[in-house]
Order: sequence, then structure tokens, then C-alpha cells
Amino acid sequence: MYNFEFKSPSTIADAVAALAGEDAQALGGGQTLIPTMKQRLAAPATLVRLGGIPELKGVCVEDDGSIAIGAATTHATVAREVADKYPALADLAGHIGDPAVRNRGTIGGSLANNDPAACYPAAVLGSGAMVVTNSRQIAADDFFQGMFTTALDEGEIITSVRFPVPQAASYQKFLQPASRFALVGVFLARFADGVRVAVTGASEEGVFRWAEAEQALNKEFRPDALMDLRVNPMNMIGDLHGSKEYRAHLVGVMTRRAVQACI
Amino acid sequence: MTQVSMTVNGKTVSGDVEGRTLLSSFLRDHLSLTGTHVGCDTAQCGACVVHVNGEAVKSCNMLALEADGAEVGTIEGQANPDGSLNVIQQAFQDHHGLQCGFCTPGMVMSAAALLKENPRPTEAEIRKYLEGNLCRCTGYHNIVKAIMAASGQDVSHIAAE
Repeated sequence: MYNFEFKSPSTIADAVAALAGEDAQALGGGQTLIPTMKQRLAAPATLVRLGGIPELKGVCVEDDGSIAIGAATTHATVAREVADKYPALADLAGHIGDPAVRNRGTIGGSLANNDPAACYPAAVLGSGAMVVTNSRQIAADDFFQGMFTTALDEGEIITSVRFPVPQAASYQKFLQPASRFALVGVFLARFADGVRVAVTGASEEGVFRWAEAEQALNKEFRPDALMDLRVNPMNMIGDLHGSKEYRAHLVGVMTRRAVQACI
Repeated sequence: MTQVSMTVNGKTVSGDVEGRTLLSSFLRDHLSLTGTHVGCDTAQCGACVVHVNGEAVKSCNMLALEADGAEVGTIEGQANPDGSLNVIQQAFQDHHGLQCGFCTPGMVMSAAALLKENPRPTEAEIRKYLEGNLCRCTGYHNIVKAIMAASGQDVSHIAAE
């Protein structure tokens, strides 16, 4: 790992100021960034730690019933604190990586990185959550812009994520057993005004909504409603862990399991 | 260089480190606490697990400066005050919960974190909690057995491997 200047601000304003410097990079829980820096795939001049900012941490319920999660809140904390408020989200957070990783990794870090196989992007897109930054609010449908790409501007920090709570939801993850990322993961949320289906791990474009499945489930909320639907294998990731066709098949299987879990 | 201070196994320590100095490097190279092992250096094997403010973390995946002001616990702090093995360590010895021993510090630290939040885990819960601790000797059966025994549960029905 190349050396860098380490800064640990205690307010969002100080963090934004520190990130304005040249080659400055925000550090969440570091569970992706530190290994990436060890491989010299990233070499920031300045690393700005967000973990020392109290206002970025914690979970609270808003007046409208939505759940606001501070960006520097760890997976372990989310798994614990939203278990009774949004069980599918807690279940997702409680199965990221392993216990030691969950004690460090943060929701904001996961979203800003937007790994195509990460779990949290599926929950945020599937829930239609709002990503709140130091300067604006970004709807989930606008936030994810392809593999490792988001709507965040240079130096912009995610401060919290607001999740509307659906009537029912389920996250079905087909584990890539070595990395514990999703080979395919499907987050399905059923709201009064419709169903949302978000798929991670599968597409070359990163997390995506499966619109055809949503339409079919809005007509009839049963696993069988999806039997004739297929995602196009051409757009899927194909690697030694699974071919494009295999991932496309898994999208259907995991979505049907998610529907079944919600009935 | 930046000065970092923390409490390690109850003692206040400090040192001058670079930004990139990992917590595992600080413990091993600056404090000579070499019980914390670095196996993979990619945050997968769990040999480097220590406790930071009571929580299990992979010390090769955390910067020393991130632990500034923290309470850190390592394998060297696990023994009883009189130097005898604590209940988890003793169970690992009694049930042959190690072969080459390289993963053992991380296994013991993860086991301690598990038993703190779940004092009587089932076998399945132990195996799930140890997902981030790899044993290249594949001696998992006796590690799981040792942790069950350390939690005060009867393991006599579990066959020796």
C-alpha cells in the first residue's frame, strides 16, 4: 500500500473540506478500500475517515415511518437495530461478509462503491430508498449508474439512507461461497402501490430493476406469475463462478423464492 | 508520522505510525505482540482477528490510526490474570481444537466475541459465526467442539475426529 495522509474529521463539514483536496478519498469501514489499496489499485494522496463523525452513525425512525440509517452505520448495527422494523433489510445486513467484516463495513461505503455483487444496492433500489448526501437527496432509481459508478459527485458524501418500509419484503441471495458476495441476489419489496424487484450480482451493468417481473407480480403476486419470464443472458456477468445463462436462470429462481417468502 | 495512542490488553500504548500502517502491523511490529497472526492479508482468513471496543475485527483490514483512542484486545490478553489459560483456550487444548495452530489466535478471539453475545450457541451458530475464520488444516470439528465445551455445554456425545 502506498502511503497517504490520514485525516479523521469529526463533522461532515470538515470531511467535505478535507475531500476537496487533490486525490482525496473518503474511507468508510475500509473493508473494500483497504484491500484495494493494498493491491495498489487505489492510491489516494489523502484518506478522509468518516467513521469518526458521530452524526453519520445510527438508526432512527422518521415521522413518516421511514427508517433513516446513518451512512457510517455498520452492517452489524443495521442487522441488530432494524430487525423488528424492517426484517428483510436486517437479514440482508446480517449476511454480508462475516461477523468481523460486518463490525467494520458500512452502508454508505457499500453504496458509494456500488460493487456489482454487493448486497446493499439491491436493498436500496428494491426499497426505492432515498440516498441523502451532504448537498442533496438522490432517489435510488437515479443513484446507481452502472458497475462501480454512482450519481455521487467528486467529494460528495453520503450522509444517510432513508428506507420506506414495505408491507412485505425478502432478500434471496445465492452465495458465492468464497467471497460471500451475491452470485445473484434479489431484493423484492411489496408496497401498497406496487412491487419492486432489484437484482444484484447478475448484470454487467450492476444492480438493476427487473421491470417485467414487477409488472407480472403487480397483476398476480405468485411465484408462478414469473414462470414464463427470462432476463436476457447477453447482459449478464459470465465468469468462472457461473456463466451468463446460469446467472440469468438464477435471477428467475431467486425472484420466485423471494415472492414465496412474502406470501 | 503521526502519533497513535490506544489501550491494548488494558495497557495504554502509543507509537508513531504512517497513515498506511495497519492495526495488525502496529500490534506485531511496534508492540511485538506477535500472537496476532497475518495469514492472508486480504481480510478473508481471520487469523488476525482482535477486539476493538469489544467487537471482533480483522486487524489487517483496519488502519492503526482508526484505532486511535480505542480499547484493543489481542490473544495475549486472553489468559487469566495468573497466566493460566482462560476457559476458551483451555477448551481448545482439551479438545484438540488446533493442528498447526496458525489460525488459533483468530479462532479464540472470534470465539470470545461469539460467546459474549451468545453464551450458549448451537453447533450451527458456531459454524456460522466462524465463516470468516479459515483453518487450512481443516480442523473445524474440534474447534467447534472446543467452543461448545467452553460455553459449558456437554460435548461428550460429539465423536472425536
